[in-house]
Amino acid sequence: MTLMKSLMSAAAAVAMTAGAAQAEPALIFDLGGKFDKSFNEAAHNGAQRWANQTGKSYREIELQSEAQREQALRRFAEAGANPIITMGFAMADPLAAVAGDYPDTKFVAVDVTWLDAPNVRQIGFAEHEGSYLVGMMAAMASQSGTVGFIGGMDIPLIRHFGCGYAQGAKAVNPNINIVANMTGTTPAAWNDPVKGSELTKAQISQGADVIYAAAGGTGVGVLQTAADEGILSIGVDSNQNHLHPGKVLTSMLKRVDVAVYDAMKAGDEVETGVFTMGLAQEGVGVAMDDNNAALVSEDMSKAVDKARQDIIDGNINVVSYYESDSCPALQF
Amino acid sequence: MDVFVTIIQILDSTIRLATPLLLACLAGLYSERAGIFDIGLEGKMLMSAFFSAAVAALSGSVWLGLLAGIASSLALSGLHGLASITFRGNQLISGVAINFLAAGMTVLVAQDWFQQGGRTPSLVGGGRFESVEFPMAIGPKDAELTGRSVSDLMSDANVLHLVYSELISGHSILVYIAFLMVPATWWILFRTRFGLRLRAVGENPAAVDTAGVSVVGLRYAAVAICGVLCGIAGAYLATALQAGFVKDMTAGRGFIALAALIFAKWRPWHAMWACLLFGLLQAIALRFQNIDLGGVVIPVQAMDALPYILTVVILAGFVGKAIPPRAGGEPYVKER
Repeated sequence: MTLMKSLMSAAAAVAMTAGAAQAEPALIFDLGGKFDKSFNEAAHNGAQRWANQTGKSYREIELQSEAQREQALRRFAEAGANPIITMGFAMADPLAAVAGDYPDTKFVAVDVTWLDAPNVRQIGFAEHEGSYLVGMMAAMASQSGTVGFIGGMDIPLIRHFGCGYAQGAKAVNPNINIVANMTGTTPAAWNDPVKGSELTKAQISQGADVIYAAAGGTGVGVLQTAADEGILSIGVDSNQNHLHPGKVLTSMLKRVDVAVYDAMKAGDEVETGVFTMGLAQEGVGVAMDDNNAALVSEDMSKAVDKARQDIIDGNINVVSYYESDSCPALQF
Repeated sequence: MDVFVTIIQILDSTIRLATPLLLACLAGLYSERAGIFDIGLEGKMLMSAFFSAAVAALSGSVWLGLLAGIASSLALSGLHGLASITFRGNQLISGVAINFLAAGMTVLVAQDWFQQGGRTPSLVGGGRFESVEFPMAIGPKDAELTGRSVSDLMSDANVLHLVYSELISGHSILVYIAFLMVPATWWILFRTRFGLRLRAVGENPAAVDTAGVSVVGLRYAAVAICGVLCGIAGAYLATALQAGFVKDMTAGRGFIALAALIFAKWRPWHAMWACLLFGLLQAIALRFQNIDLGGVVIPVQAMDALPYILTVVILAGFVGKAIPPRAGGEPYVKER
């Protein structure tokens, strides 16, 4: 009996230590879904890279509705996951409510920069800088003098993208005409490729011959229709050049994968505070690979390289939409 | 001329956007005229969108895809019929269940078959419905021959030619099927014995039963026609407008179709005009972010909400009364 008892307690102790050592990171995908070929997929890629390199595992959930946000956070926190990585601006309010209840758990919030919470690592991206560069490329590639922008849900973050894009396009050609549309005002706007297609056709009929899609899953429809109609498109977040080789001018990379990878690598030691990843930190950039090599002229890549350096050095100031909730180059 | 070209382009977009609404609306018309309420239009379209795209991707033939889409939508119709006709369950609950079933099943099966996170691979070549070019219409072929862009050629054409090329020609075959279904539906419902019985079964099933005609049989037939039309609508979304399935890609179109059905007061020609109106509102909202009417700016959100507002106005009885088929929503019980 005593032998049995000690065996059991030993087993229990082993189980306990196993549990303690297994402080797995957790990753909460936003409503767009893990494989949106864009923002969330970048996070998935970063997490997979970490898992493959370390052989460790992580927990994940794809949110299906707004109501699940806080629930998912608490579930992971109760289960001892550390750090808990969240995707998207909409996690800000749930994080503000939950983070204080679990002071020993570290949270990593991608696309949130305004919370006052000591145990949250908040990562923002300077999307306007990257968008500025693709805006320059769009204006250089355009023959009609009209370029388009299609956003997903109409939120300040997406206007931030559009604003940088417009400034870049105007820097190359001050007379350029920029057509901007938002897909909708509800989260369904991230997953409506049919509407994305229709917006693309509407912009083409207004003369646009390069269209930048910052719209999650809706962007799949934009890129598809642009390829069908024989004009150029620009992808976002992940490298989307391979979706239609030779038809996608470039992609505005937002290195969410790096942010997620770094956070997982640091584990529960991850540094908290507010961090902004811009061109200087290689947090944003433009995608150049074999699929778009034929589309990018030497002038174009030179101009982009120069502008990148100028922005890093502070010679070019790309105005952020957040500064005054308005854009000098584009009226939404 | 520029204004005119813009109007034509908006109308062209209207036709594309109205087609899935029209097919789903006519589907609902058959079902509801026979006394079976169907709020599962959305789910049936979604299921068909997935299976048509999946089979088209696997087989390379869009026609096989269309058949598979119709079959999957029919299966859901059969389920709805079984629950609400044979077992006399609540028709609304059964419809809601179908919507949830379709939303979950499509992504689950897609992930299992293709491992692309609930989407199908992009369709290429024969996996998609190509647009039909009518003779004499301006299309990509002319553009290739003359070396000018299609929009360039369009702006030079005269008015009739422009309307013909842009509005009438250049849609996928399913669009023409959808619009032909309108007179066909009118003829079937109001000029055939089957149509008379189908309408009667939605108004007074006891009378139909007394005449020795099977109520259950007629209602199953109506629900089956509904399944076929929803199947075509889903296939149109996934294989003609888009090149593949994306989760939740119907994005509420089944519910707008229901709104159109009420707006049209359950009549085929009116259904077409209602769908075209709702399509036009969407097309305008897509074309113009904000509409400036002499100082008053109408935001795009107002345009998006307009179909629902109009439906509420109709339901509230401001523009005549919308009276649904009398026996709608009630399962038929022979003896009490």
